[in-house]
Amino acid sequence: MEKRVLFRSSWLPYLLVAPQVAVTVIFFFWPASQAIYYAFQLQDAFGLESRFVGLANFQDLFHDDRYFESFKTTAIFSGLVACSGIGISLVLATMADRVVRGALAYKTLLIWPYAVAPAIAGVLWAFIFAPSIGIVTYALQKLGIDWNWIINGDQAMLLVVIASVWKQVSYNFLFFLAGLQSIPKSLIEAAAIDGAGPFRRFWSIVFPLLSPTTFFLLVVNIVYAFFDTFGVIDATTQGGPATATQILVYKVYYDGVKAADLGGSSAQSVLLMIIVIALTAVQFRFVERKVQY
Amino acid sequence: MVENRPFLTFVAHAVLIAGVVVVAFPLWVTFVASTLTYEQIANVPMPLWPGDQFLANYGQVLTAGSTKGSAAPVSTMLFNSLVMAVVVAVGKICISIVSAFAVVYFRFPLRRFIFWMIFVTLMLPIEVRIIPTFKVASDLGILDSYLGLTLPLIASATATFLFRQFFMTIPDELAEAARIDGAGPMRFFVDVVLPLSRTNVAALFVILFIFGWNQYLWPLLITGQESMYTVVIGIKRMIVGGDAATEWQLVMATAMLALMPPAAVVILMQKWFVKGLVETEK
Repeated sequence: MEKRVLFRSSWLPYLLVAPQVAVTVIFFFWPASQAIYYAFQLQDAFGLESRFVGLANFQDLFHDDRYFESFKTTAIFSGLVACSGIGISLVLATMADRVVRGALAYKTLLIWPYAVAPAIAGVLWAFIFAPSIGIVTYALQKLGIDWNWIINGDQAMLLVVIASVWKQVSYNFLFFLAGLQSIPKSLIEAAAIDGAGPFRRFWSIVFPLLSPTTFFLLVVNIVYAFFDTFGVIDATTQGGPATATQILVYKVYYDGVKAADLGGSSAQSVLLMIIVIALTAVQFRFVERKVQY
Repeated sequence: MVENRPFLTFVAHAVLIAGVVVVAFPLWVTFVASTLTYEQIANVPMPLWPGDQFLANYGQVLTAGSTKGSAAPVSTMLFNSLVMAVVVAVGKICISIVSAFAVVYFRFPLRRFIFWMIFVTLMLPIEVRIIPTFKVASDLGILDSYLGLTLPLIASATATFLFRQFFMTIPDELAEAARIDGAGPMRFFVDVVLPLSRTNVAALFVILFIFGWNQYLWPLLITGQESMYTVVIGIKRMIVGGDAATEWQLVMATAMLALMPPAAVVILMQKWFVKGLVETEK
């Protein structure tokens, strides 16, 4: 799509895009190219010298069991976050679409967690699940469940999933609600006249018509779980216990900043960039041609 | 409503109320904990009704910070967060609205190239270029400064796309009329495009304010001095490890202070928030 009416100037458009281009080049392209450059370099222990080592950093990664472990952790984590987040918000949105009285109040009370920073969400949930003083821990103990996410890897994973989903439900909820409200009422009414009950109507009409929204949210939630949950993890488990919750992004940060392994961390960055590019491509392909029946 | 089924309506309300309660539960516990003494929290189970330490705890964190972890006053951190959120939001809106205007209303060599350049930044989140970006900031000497906190986050592909999309819907007749009346491009931009973009700017501001306020990884890397911490970083520095050593009542008071401003923005500006959220994702 192009405008027919244009303005003419040989210098003005450059001036207008200059600030955006400057920030983009200095803080996006230059660092990204540096990451790619470092990915092929090996630094000595003191960071004084570095030399070109070709694909050695990548080979090390692919021979590193911990890297695959981190891949697996990330897959489990993002799968759990995306599926439970989408499932819960679909149920809530379907119910909110049904009620007449109090709809706005419910909406307001469900969307505010979007405003909470991931790190703060982590702190909140870590507190109520805290091993010695947490209120939920206490309740679980009464039920005979021994809860301590500081030493139990599965429980640590559960904690970060809960905190991440809690924050993301509001986002999914709003998109599902918008999707539900855009379904023509006449379709639902026609089905009701044909004798379809509420559940039948949901599975045969509403759910298929929501598939573009669901697919979009799936991609967004995976991206969220991959990158934005860094704060949740750093504020709670810090990748532990051992490496039970060390997702890829956290490993890049840990290896690069804490362990000062520049080459290894950069090689991981490059692989992550490839993952983001793939995810973004999927997202945009889909935005062009929506999944429809 | 297609038909009247009282039972299903009842179920719907029950599910929604359960959802609201689960969503609000951590907030309530946080608020209650921020009004208790340390001993009350440590004495498991902690009460679920607010205590009388509200003023004491909030006063302490706002003026003096915690005693065991970070000792920076939270009021300074809140100010830093506010500066960061406002500068990032305003900066992003300013640079993207002018670049979108250039891309839509001018034809110039490199136009496509620049458009794609902005587009690609979507694929380079800060998380994948942590160390080199930090190096750039340190080479520029902007560590521990407001400039360093905000400038690297100001480029935004989504805002540029949103404005581009919106400018495409402005009727060509308006630009034609402006040209016939002898208005130059900047005159047209200020008198026609800006006023028309008001609602988009408001919606975007809400989303970007929350984005800026909630930044975590970048401030974590770039701030070394406590006086430059944002509140989201500060809260993490107050948790010193181990349930016994952390002053949870102060951490929880800080958490309330950290989440109230963006939550208030979402609730009070709900209309703009929903519009911004839905449109930036298109």
